[in-house]
Amino acid sequence: MSPSFEIQLIAVVVAISCALPGVFLVLQRMSMMSDAISHAILPGIVVAFFLTGNLSSPLIILGAAAAGLLTVALVELLRKTGLLKEDAAIGIVFPALFSVGVILIAQYAGDVHLDIDAVLLGELAFAPFDRITLGGTDIGPRALIVMGVILVVNIVFISVFFKELKLISFDRALAGALGFAPALLHYFLMGLVSITAVGAFDAVGSILVVALMVAPPASAYLLTDGLKPMIVVSVAIGAVSAITGYWVAHWLDASIAGAMASMSGVLFLSILIAAPQRGLWSVWRRKSNQTLLFGRKMLVIHLYNHEGLPEAQLECRMDHLEDHLRWDHSFASRAIRSSLQNHYIVQQGPLLILTESGRDFARSSLVDL
Amino acid sequence: MIDLLVDLFSDYTLRTVALGSALLGITAGSLGGFALLRQQSLLGDAISHAALPGIAIAFLITGSKAPLVLILGAGIAGWIGAALISVVTTRTRIKYDSALGIMLSVFFGFGLVLLTYIQRQPNANQAGLDSFLFGQAAALVEQDVLLIFVIGSAVMVLITLFWKEFKLLSFDPDFLGTLAYPVRLLDYLLTTLFVVAIVIGLQTVGVVLMSAMIIAPAAAARQWTDRLGRMIALAGLFGAVSGVGGAVTSSLIPSLPTGPTIVLIVSGIVLVSLLFAPNRGLVFRRIRDWQAGKRLRVDAVLVDLYTLASQHSSAEYPHSERVLDVMSTISGPAHRTLKVLKDLDLAKPIDSTKWSLTPEGVRRAERVLKRQFGGTP
Repeated sequence: MSPSFEIQLIAVVVAISCALPGVFLVLQRMSMMSDAISHAILPGIVVAFFLTGNLSSPLIILGAAAAGLLTVALVELLRKTGLLKEDAAIGIVFPALFSVGVILIAQYAGDVHLDIDAVLLGELAFAPFDRITLGGTDIGPRALIVMGVILVVNIVFISVFFKELKLISFDRALAGALGFAPALLHYFLMGLVSITAVGAFDAVGSILVVALMVAPPASAYLLTDGLKPMIVVSVAIGAVSAITGYWVAHWLDASIAGAMASMSGVLFLSILIAAPQRGLWSVWRRKSNQTLLFGRKMLVIHLYNHEGLPEAQLECRMDHLEDHLRWDHSFASRAIRSSLQNHYIVQQGPLLILTESGRDFARSSLVDL
Repeated sequence: MIDLLVDLFSDYTLRTVALGSALLGITAGSLGGFALLRQQSLLGDAISHAALPGIAIAFLITGSKAPLVLILGAGIAGWIGAALISVVTTRTRIKYDSALGIMLSVFFGFGLVLLTYIQRQPNANQAGLDSFLFGQAAALVEQDVLLIFVIGSAVMVLITLFWKEFKLLSFDPDFLGTLAYPVRLLDYLLTTLFVVAIVIGLQTVGVVLMSAMIIAPAAAARQWTDRLGRMIALAGLFGAVSGVGGAVTSSLIPSLPTGPTIVLIVSGIVLVSLLFAPNRGLVFRRIRDWQAGKRLRVDAVLVDLYTLASQHSSAEYPHSERVLDVMSTISGPAHRTLKVLKDLDLAKPIDSTKWSLTPEGVRRAERVLKRQFGGTP
């Protein structure tokens, strides 16, 4: 396998591993826990590093997962005091743990290779050079093996506990009442987020883990209405962000992890604008269509009320609408144009005259009202 | 100690760093109070990360590393991030937490792309740009402090001018709207001040730790008071104290970075506040619970004794402790509570096992019953 292909493969595996737990974070409104955990695992990594002396030991993952769970437990503890809201608790816990990590590094690891930049930012380009050999044969880049194992763990966990995760995501109280131990499952999910974050940290860095955990599921949330489709779409968006990100980085000769995060943002932005039904564009169009429909209804009802009466000469003039209905000029002319196009009215000089279909529309609108 | 004080006023670096951190602490802490009340604690985190591409773009356009230029770039990017968060959450079904997470990480990732791109340009003079990432308080010079002072003062003046509006915005934005104030505009103004306070702090404590400077002093101050004015003032004070404390501590211990030290100190202040603040603090609450429990137990045993005696000729008729044990609505034996009653002179032991009410005890029991049931049982 060429290094370029291997990097892309690692990127895709990382993106998918992140998107899977990310779906449940987004649904449970705990997206920022990924941010907190991915920062707070730093002291766990540092302590495990001091104990083992190398960054590729499996103990590093355990240390980080422990730090991740500590974060979750501390946030929960602070929240339960009732003195702080959850967001404030998160905002206090993770910078404190992160600071401990930075200070530990500055104090004791000055002359060994443990660089905060590397932890925070990651560098995927070097991943193919760090390989695992088993009995003398090369079995692949370390990052690929580690993330592959984490991906399998994520898939197994989510498939086995799919029903339970679904229930706690949508109706936590019911899950508790049915005896599904939502708190326990919550810690399992957070443990999963922690090991995914730490597995991904030397590939993409801890901050960009957040992008891959939150952006694809949030994009999928705008496109789908079911949990299974949301998972599938998230995974697809994550994979596309990874591959396009790689090529953008290649083109600019810039950070691959950063480009992956940027591409996940570009995809999110495109979906945000263009998503059918829930995108900004269709929301805006639906709203303006409804406004215009309302305008047509008001206009024909107004004309219908005054039709054939002595005051019709005054009331049915175009410029009078602005006074009587308190419409501004641009809206009045839009409503008139739209009604003309629908053949509800015809124009005779300054007067607006209802057609037969306009009269029908007015009557049915009055019934609706 | 004296040496330290002398250093604080004479040592140029220490004085500059301490002053800069203190000013930053005051500004960030005061604004954090509003963020905490509006449940936007993590907005600061998102804005500080979102500022990164602005720094890179400002450098790419101007080629200058002057703090003012970079701060301006950071401010614009941070503001766009905040505005996008607001648009996404109000117009679509994306929730606040997801919007924060996306803006934070995507902007940051984009900033990283730009930084690495700049780094790989030939003859790029970018050294120092990434000090924004982790902050380099030790590198603060007098001009930086002056900049922090000017911007911080402007922020404080605006908070004072719009005090009433910001107060309403934090507690009851709907009411503010009914009073015909421009709520959206005020919201944007407060967010802008927020962005400004964050970007001037990036150089000192860095992107990652800036959120703690915003939220922790406010969270600590919240525990001590229920008045907004006092809370904001206290938050500013806590911010300043941890700024100076962090600067001094890190100057005393070799290779102790300033930013993380400041954050740890302010986290310590939060912890102390959560535990020991009067009224809200956990220790205080535990004591109050214990006292209330004691009073309830006293009343319960008193009423039990009175109820038993009411079956007899005298309200002071003695009864055995074992009867009280099984009768009582409180859990556990009545012995300790009876001793408390004796100390209060409400009941007295007749022999080794029997107790009776004192006249004072009878009056108190009648009062309790009247309060609970409006009469005798």
